Parts: sequence; C-alpha cells; structure tokens
Amino acid sequence: MASRNVEKLDLSFSAVPDKPKKDWVIVYLRILAFLATASATLVMALNKQTKHFVVATIGTTPITVSITAKFQHTPAFIFFVIANGVASLHCLMMIGVDILGPQFDYKGLKPVLIPILDMMSLVLASAGDGAATFMSELGRNGNSHARWDKICDKFGSYCNRGGAALIASFIAIILLLIITVMSINKLKPKK
Amino acid sequence: MESIAKARKICHLLLRFLAFGATLSAVIVMATSHEKASVLVFQVEAKYSHTPAFKYFVIANSVVTVYGFLILFLPPESLLWRFAAATDMVFTMLLVSSISAALAIAQVGKKGNSHAAWLPICNSVPKFCNQVTGALVVGAIAVIIYMLLLLNSIHRVLDPLIFRKC
Repeated sequence: MASRNVEKLDLSFSAVPDKPKKDWVIVYLRILAFLATASATLVMALNKQTKHFVVATIGTTPITVSITAKFQHTPAFIFFVIANGVASLHCLMMIGVDILGPQFDYKGLKPVLIPILDMMSLVLASAGDGAATFMSELGRNGNSHARWDKICDKFGSYCNRGGAALIASFIAIILLLIITVMSINKLKPKK
Repeated sequence: MESIAKARKICHLLLRFLAFGATLSAVIVMATSHEKASVLVFQVEAKYSHTPAFKYFVIANSVVTVYGFLILFLPPESLLWRFAAATDMVFTMLLVSSISAALAIAQVGKKGNSHAAWLPICNSVPKFCNQVTGALVVGAIAVIIYMLLLLNSIHRVLDPLIFRKC
C-alpha cells in the first residue's frame, strides 16, 4: 500500500514543469518565406540572356552582333534583388532567433523589435516588387507614347525568368504579411 | 494628466489630416500633369495615363485618400481600431509599392535605358517631368506619415489604455 502511494506521488511530481509552448506554425511560415525570397533573389540575379543578331551581310559572311540582357541594366531589378536579399537574410535571422531564442531572456525592447523588423522587411519586399512588376510590364508591352520598344519578343526566356522571380516574390509578400500579423499578435499581453 | 491625453488625441488627428492632405495632393498633382510638345516633326503628348505605373499611383493614392477621409471620423475609443490597424497596414503597403513603381518608371523617363534603346523623354517635356517629380515627393511624404500612423495604431490596439493613462 505504501509503495503504491509512493508511486502515485512520483507520478504527480513528474508532471510537466511550466515551459512556454513553442509556436511551430510561425517557424514553418518563416522557413517558407525564406525559401520564397531566396528563390526570387537567385532567379533574378542569375537572369541573363545573350542573343546574336545578324546586322548586315557582306558578300556571303553575315556580321552578327551579340546583345546581352542582364538584370543589372535596370535599376528597378537591382533594387528588387537587393530588397529580396535583405528580406531573405531577415527571415534566416528570425528562424535562428525562434529556434535558439527561448534560451535567452527577453526583456526590454527586444520583443517589440521582432514585429518592427518583420514590418520593415515586408515594406521593403513590397517596394521591390512594385518597381520590378511595372518595369517588366514596360519591357513586355513597351510604351508607344514615349517610343520605347518592347524587348520581350526578342529576349523571351529573360522575361519569363523575371516573371517567375516576380511570382516567387508575390508569394513571399503574402507569407511575410501573415508572419507580421502573427508576430504582432504575440505581443498582446496575456490576460 | 488629462491635457496630455487631449494633446495626444489632437496630435493623432492632426497627423491623420496631414496624411489625408498629402495623398490628396499627390493625386491632384499627378492627375493634372499634362504637356504637349513637338519633337522634330512629331507631336508628342505626355499624360499620366500613358503609363500604367502612374495610373496605379493615382488609383492607390485616391483609395488611400478616401480611407483617410473616412477614418478622421472614427471616435477614439471605439472597438473598430483593430480593424483600422489592419487596414492601415494594407494601405501603407499599397502606398509603398505604388510610389516605388512610379519612381522606377520616372527614373527610366529621366535617364533612359541605353541597353534597351529607350531614350529619356524629360528633355522634350520638362514641365511634365517636374510635375511628376513633385507628385512623387508628396507621395513619399505620405508614405512616411502613414508608417508613423501604422506604428501608432498597432500600439493603440496592443495597449488599449494608452489614451486613458496619465
């Protein structure tokens, strides 16, 4: 009888000590957002296409000129790459903070810093997106009033890859928005 | 103590009114930018509606103007401020993306792009370019004010006693 009571006491003492419950949903979302921003950055940064144009023909030998389309030619795409690069670094840092975080003590300004940084990277990513979207629209359709020719009919795969990077960036913005709302929600004082 | 709360309310209302004014003037300045010129033998006309980026800028800023006007009338202690914080964030993002897009196209218009054989147009229509620059500057001011307002509304939602504290 006494041993059974001792057993019951042991069971009650092995109850879970109070440890803050880890929120795994936001870590998964951050991993997804990191993948999306990193892929947008990489696809746009490696975007390059070279094409050879025949300019004139002298006798039987054609003179070819090779023109390259690179992402560095347009400041909008440079900003897009930089913005998404910064956003992906931020996501990586936040994943590290979330996984290694509970070991350190959060006091003072630190809990507020996470949603503020999330918002800043969201704003940066959406700015880069807006600029690159309209720049690629200009490249696809041209602008007859300003006499700017479209370039997508000649550099098809350059435009397609840019479009893929843009789609990845849009997905990243939606994920970053959800992450920002969730991390602001975490700040609420628990009743 | 009450005067500080009152001063906060007045400051907040003033900031919202400034934001409303900034977006309204961005819309007006961009929408009235219009110039005709003759380059060589062509008749060139520059309007904001020729470029989808400027159209997006005008539409985004007018949506935010209407929102800014309606939110001036929200009483400070109602429960709708949570919704206002969410819409503040969405509209701030909209403003940022619209001004970034307009800046990208305006930069091409001013400097051209030699790789794509796009010539700058600002030499032929300088008045149009100056007006667009003015609209973009006012739009940037509106973005900054909206970011401050966003931080304010999030703080207000998380700590609802902020306006009753001394």
